[in-house]
Amino acid sequence: MSSNSGDTSGQIPEEVAEFLVESYENLDRLDQDLVILESDLHNKETLSSIFRTIHTIKGTCGFLGFEKLEKVAHVGENLLSKLRDGVIMINPGITSALLSTVDAVREMLSFIEQENYEGNGDYSALIELLASMTNGTLPQPSQGSNPATVPSSAPTSQDPISPPEEVQPEIHEPIKVGESSFVFNKKVSKPAPPQEPVSIAASTSEQVTVDEPLAVSPISDVSKDATPPNRGDVDKDKVVTSVSDANIRVDVGLLDKLMNLVGELVLARNQILQYTSSQTDSSFVAASQRLNLITSELQEGVMKTRMQPIGNVWSKFPRVVRDLALSVGKNVAIEFEGRETELDRTIIESIKDPLTHLVRNSVDHGIETPEGRIAAGKARDGRLILRAYHEGGHVNIEIADDGAGINPDRIRANALKKGLFRADQLDKMSEREITNLIFAPGFSTAEKITNVSGRGVGMDVVKTNIEKIGGTIDIQSTPGEGTTIKIKIPLTLAIIPALVVAAGGQRYAIPQVSLVELVRLERDQAKVDIDSVYGAPVCRLRGNLLPLVYLCDLMHTSTKKIEDEAVNVVVLQADERQFGLVVDNVVDTEEIVVKPLGKQVKNVDVYAGATIMGDGRVALILDVMGIAQRSSVISEVRDRKLSELSASSTLEVGERQTLLLLGVGDSYRVAVPLSSVDRLEEFPSDALEWAGDNQVVQYRDAIMPLIWLSSTLGVPSATEVDSASIQVVVHSGHGRRVGVVVDRILDIVAVNMNLEKCSIKSQVIGSTVINDRVTDIVNVDEIVQSALVNFIDSSNFALAGYGG
Amino acid sequence: MSQKILSEKQYCTFYLDNHFLGIGVREVQEVLKYQPMTSVPLADDVVAGLINLRGQIVTALDLRKVMGLAHLDGRLPMNIVVRSDDGPLSLLVDEIGDVVEVEADFFEDPPETLEVSFRHLIRGVYKLEGKLMLVLDLERAVFSLVDA
Repeated sequence: MSSNSGDTSGQIPEEVAEFLVESYENLDRLDQDLVILESDLHNKETLSSIFRTIHTIKGTCGFLGFEKLEKVAHVGENLLSKLRDGVIMINPGITSALLSTVDAVREMLSFIEQENYEGNGDYSALIELLASMTNGTLPQPSQGSNPATVPSSAPTSQDPISPPEEVQPEIHEPIKVGESSFVFNKKVSKPAPPQEPVSIAASTSEQVTVDEPLAVSPISDVSKDATPPNRGDVDKDKVVTSVSDANIRVDVGLLDKLMNLVGELVLARNQILQYTSSQTDSSFVAASQRLNLITSELQEGVMKTRMQPIGNVWSKFPRVVRDLALSVGKNVAIEFEGRETELDRTIIESIKDPLTHLVRNSVDHGIETPEGRIAAGKARDGRLILRAYHEGGHVNIEIADDGAGINPDRIRANALKKGLFRADQLDKMSEREITNLIFAPGFSTAEKITNVSGRGVGMDVVKTNIEKIGGTIDIQSTPGEGTTIKIKIPLTLAIIPALVVAAGGQRYAIPQVSLVELVRLERDQAKVDIDSVYGAPVCRLRGNLLPLVYLCDLMHTSTKKIEDEAVNVVVLQADERQFGLVVDNVVDTEEIVVKPLGKQVKNVDVYAGATIMGDGRVALILDVMGIAQRSSVISEVRDRKLSELSASSTLEVGERQTLLLLGVGDSYRVAVPLSSVDRLEEFPSDALEWAGDNQVVQYRDAIMPLIWLSSTLGVPSATEVDSASIQVVVHSGHGRRVGVVVDRILDIVAVNMNLEKCSIKSQVIGSTVINDRVTDIVNVDEIVQSALVNFIDSSNFALAGYGG
Repeated sequence: MSQKILSEKQYCTFYLDNHFLGIGVREVQEVLKYQPMTSVPLADDVVAGLINLRGQIVTALDLRKVMGLAHLDGRLPMNIVVRSDDGPLSLLVDEIGDVVEVEADFFEDPPETLEVSFRHLIRGVYKLEGKLMLVLDLERAVFSLVDA
């Protein structure tokens, strides 16, 4: 396990620094508690709180190996436990002794902070005193004597507590008021030395006013003067000030609010910058440039306050991996790289579950059993490496294992079996695309169901969750060598870079994460490169066909574009697919603040939110996934939708469907959902054979029965009996293939169906108008079923050998 | 329900087509002159657009559409920003009237003769001097619409 080395407090290890901060806070509370206790002897609650505090310190320093400190805390704890249990009654002597204990602890802590050990102070007298009080042998020590035996804390601790009686009201108040918002050190409540910052501010503003009439350069000097001290001093302070002073706990809600305010400031800044571009007044221009600079830095700074190292999420993984590995009989070592990589806390929250799932998955499915590993010539113990690093405004997280890897053939077979894809679709996919199929909904390669899989979070959910926060997930696997899952997520969600485009007289923002490239096709080129396949526009881009979506058409707004002008294509990435969004204009790139939409518009899937542009107008942020789905660019979704439809034998009215147009008889036109079509085949007439009463063909090592669509629908066939070949639509359902013989295969069309029921035939779902012709939509499943009943009982049919 | 009506003494009034309507002042955040809007293609018809209300994005609803009235011609609508659980919501109306103070005695249920769809969205009528003020049922007319 690698841990981060460069930390803020010089030599002190991180966990010690944390311990110090925590202990100082606790000690401050202890001071108050003890004083409260003195005035209210029977306050059980305060007593237990004191006990807990000392107990925590004792426990932690024992863990960290500060024995001396532990000893002192231990005797203190013993005394406290007696007090708590009512064996000993508290008296001023005991309170003083306890306060001395606090001082002693504080002293040691400050030694630890500076020298990393507890110092040379001799606390045996104190320990003895406490012990004797605990045993009741020294019940009433005089008040003055015991503090004297204890080294005074005043010279060592930075800000010695003044007489506790005075502190009490002062300290107690603010903490009560602050309650949840701040747990701060007493030192914080002490007014900070006011002179310095004020004088800096004063001198800066003076300089500004003096320099204002002058040109740009002096002001930029000011900004230089003004900014570096902030940064430099902070770093220096960290070294100089004590750990407790360098940290302060802040309510997360406050940080969120600050972030929102900074978001507003960014918008206001954008607005001013836009206005500035039309101004000539140089001092105004300079001032707004400075505003720009400061805003950016402030944004960065506030964002940092919400950052958390990813190690926070990872810290529970060793346990998760250990438990899981044990339960499945594997040996897995987990390693971390880049624990300190920071992420916005909202993002940390939302990647917690996906990461856990991926880690579990790697252990469960990726890494082999020790025997399997040895057989494969690998080390007995599997390795799981979690890696995180920043890369260009993003954070990359990798989960790599050296397990068996993913076998693309198995995925292919599984996808086919589950009916997610057709064989021809799978054939066209690259190995990587196939591997990434494990993210497809309804997919699982787990051969055995363990208590790990089947927990309700599939890989598709992981993918969805990652995408929800604007991230991407990719999987690379080498069979036999291992699998690496790479997640790329934005640093923050609040402010994102976006491309601003215009269409139909309106501006839209597109998050840059989904942006692949911008393509501008000049008039002549556009005519050549933009084509249509069955009415669906596509663009030829470096030899590939890129489906196009016209933003104006999608939004049902009219374009102001003239036919002859150049075409702007914004190439976007949605899922594994790319598509081109045709817009009227590409305006600019801008940092935008994502704002949520009201309930009334939230349900429109093409918007991810809205933002306010430089000119104060609202612009909608496009949801690239939503657009892809609405325009059916993502085939999986479309295919899935269609297969769901055919499964339920109903077609939703008004939905866009891809249909296979068929001709039956002389003029009868029917259409079937493309999803119910397995393949289109042409068989020579002499391939037709008989099996019992059925006409069949040999197809893919099996016997496939044929059904004549014309006779099923009661329409005279137009195919001549002696024609050389037959057109067959291969349909597979219920694990077998059936060929539906049609007269003509006409076209594949995507249409918005408005079905009317004109026929009472059960095979006909309804009628609609496609390409100016009335077309019946038929249910292939139903046809096959009804036709097969005429042949044989379907259970016998299955025995006849189809599908295995 | 009439108890609730009685509790409200002051109404922010506005005109919509030839109707004179009112919303309890406590439900109104502010009234604004016409604001430039960004239309939201593909959204529900009643959504007129989004406005920038001091950095907050507020959905503007076309109240004429909501109430089933004809489109406003030739004039720019004004905004009444009301508070909802989901944050502020702007209602586009023809013109803003005064804030009127009412007496509970002058309240009546909506007349039976009102068209059902319209009557449904009205809580009742205050008989003011010279005219009738219809009390808009924000819950039914606006907030419930939101969930649809």
